[in-house]
Amino acid sequence: MPDVTKPTETPLVVAEGLVKRFGELAAVDGISFEIAPREVVGFLGPNGAGKTTTIRMLSCNSPRTSGRLEVFGLDVALHPREIKAQLGVVPQDNNYDPDLSVIENLLLYARYFGISARIARQRATELLEFVHLTDKSGEKVDELSGGMKRRLILARGLINTPRLLVLDEPTTGLDPQARRLIWERLRELRQRGVTIIITTHYMDEAEQICDRLLIMDSGKVIATGSPQSLIGEYAGNEVLEVVPEDGAATTVESALGECRFQKLGDKFEIFASDCPGALERIRNHVRLTSYSVRRATLEDVFIRLTGRELRD
Amino acid sequence: MQSAKWRNRKGQVVIRLLPDLSLRLWQVWYRNFLVFRRNFLVNFLLPMGEPLLYLVAMGYGLGVFIKQIDGVSYARFIGPGLVSVAMMYASFFECTYSSFVRMIFQRTFDAIIATPVNVEEVVAGEIFWGATRAALNSTMVYVVVILFGLGPVWLLPFVPVFGFVCGVLFASMGMIATAVVPSIDFFNYPIFLFITPMFLFSGTFFPLTTLPKAVQTISYVLLPLTHIVRINRGLILGHPDVTLLGSLAWILVVGAAAFFTALALMKRRLIK
Repeated sequence: MPDVTKPTETPLVVAEGLVKRFGELAAVDGISFEIAPREVVGFLGPNGAGKTTTIRMLSCNSPRTSGRLEVFGLDVALHPREIKAQLGVVPQDNNYDPDLSVIENLLLYARYFGISARIARQRATELLEFVHLTDKSGEKVDELSGGMKRRLILARGLINTPRLLVLDEPTTGLDPQARRLIWERLRELRQRGVTIIITTHYMDEAEQICDRLLIMDSGKVIATGSPQSLIGEYAGNEVLEVVPEDGAATTVESALGECRFQKLGDKFEIFASDCPGALERIRNHVRLTSYSVRRATLEDVFIRLTGRELRD
Repeated sequence: MQSAKWRNRKGQVVIRLLPDLSLRLWQVWYRNFLVFRRNFLVNFLLPMGEPLLYLVAMGYGLGVFIKQIDGVSYARFIGPGLVSVAMMYASFFECTYSSFVRMIFQRTFDAIIATPVNVEEVVAGEIFWGATRAALNSTMVYVVVILFGLGPVWLLPFVPVFGFVCGVLFASMGMIATAVVPSIDFFNYPIFLFITPMFLFSGTFFPLTTLPKAVQTISYVLLPLTHIVRINRGLILGHPDVTLLGSLAWILVVGAAAFFTALALMKRRLIK
């Protein structure tokens, strides 16, 4: 397996000790990372972890407090126009122009990049094909479905044929079919050599499309690696799920001893790989209502690293 | 615009004297023009309707009771006032309610600043668009004034030019409000405290000389519309005098100050 944690080529993005403060609050608290060409990197983390702030800084729209941040080898504070010319952005909100049609949205956006009308029309036509919106070309955007609007925003982010595409929660609120179409398009873009940065709350999305993940919490990067290596490292391969009879929870906890587990109501989720014989030990002490073994997922890693409390 | 700036040792811009503006700002102007063109007839012909009503109701209705005002008929007196008011309303409302909707509800500005167009250019494009609307609307009103025989035809080409200049001033003032209001309802404050008093106390519907001296002074010092009405009335009624140049200077200086203030405040609001 290729080593994806250490980029070897000149990185497209370099962050070193990057800090962003809003008054007292450090939204991003000294993070360092590099992103290599053709990598697909996912930023995961609970709400308020600093993902969007990081993305806004590298899209040159939020000045950093301190640290180093370079995109395409250029400092974001010094060369915002040069960077943005080669950057594609898919923001969290669908900020299309509701007064204009689908194709007009693309053509107008091309003008902001200084793309000539002829090339803009050619690219817009190709991009509508790419996101399966060709037959909606002349329609008002407000009349499109949620998935179509999202695809339009994706197409708009590609109008300048960017080297780096940054997507902030690209599939939030979409149905499974719509999400899959977007994932498929992103994979296609990776094939073509586009570097992609994505934030998401969906673990399946991160697992499906990302080569490498950075898990953030409270403004810090707390873990990084490929989805599989993170699962192996933090959750093992298997998770044992056990529901004991009423009132037996403390007995189960003592039977588990040093083993890593999490409680979900009356259910215990035990990281079985580093806890051999757990099931037998528990069954020696208490009767179980049910038990099962499943593969560990990225969600186990995420919850384990960032905890259970709600973040708002 | 290449502007004077000081950089620190790392080469970062520390102080910038003039905002970072390029011709890209006209793409923002073009965006608004594109949407405006959609509802061309509504946008273009409706501005004629309101002054028409004022002219008939006040000029000819109320005017019956007013024999002469400053030596002219009442309708002739308020014609330049209505042209001036159009310059104010069109630009101020464009850069308050309409800009606010684009900024907050449609997130249009966020979409644009993800491209090589920067915040200053977005705001300047919006202001110049507001000024364009002032030019269009005041021209349409002046057409009505001409049709009623209340102004000379030769001034017509100058109305949009002057309308644009005055429009920059009011659009910038609207933008300043847009940069500071917490929500769209708060525009009621600048309208109640600034726009409506100007509508009434800038010599639009009656000469300022009827007001107490103190109010006259305040009107000259603080209200842009007073100066615009003076210029429009002096030219349209055909008695310009040299003091109009003072009013023009007032408009240019305050307009430029408001423009740069609007850019700075909007940047503070949008870039965090």
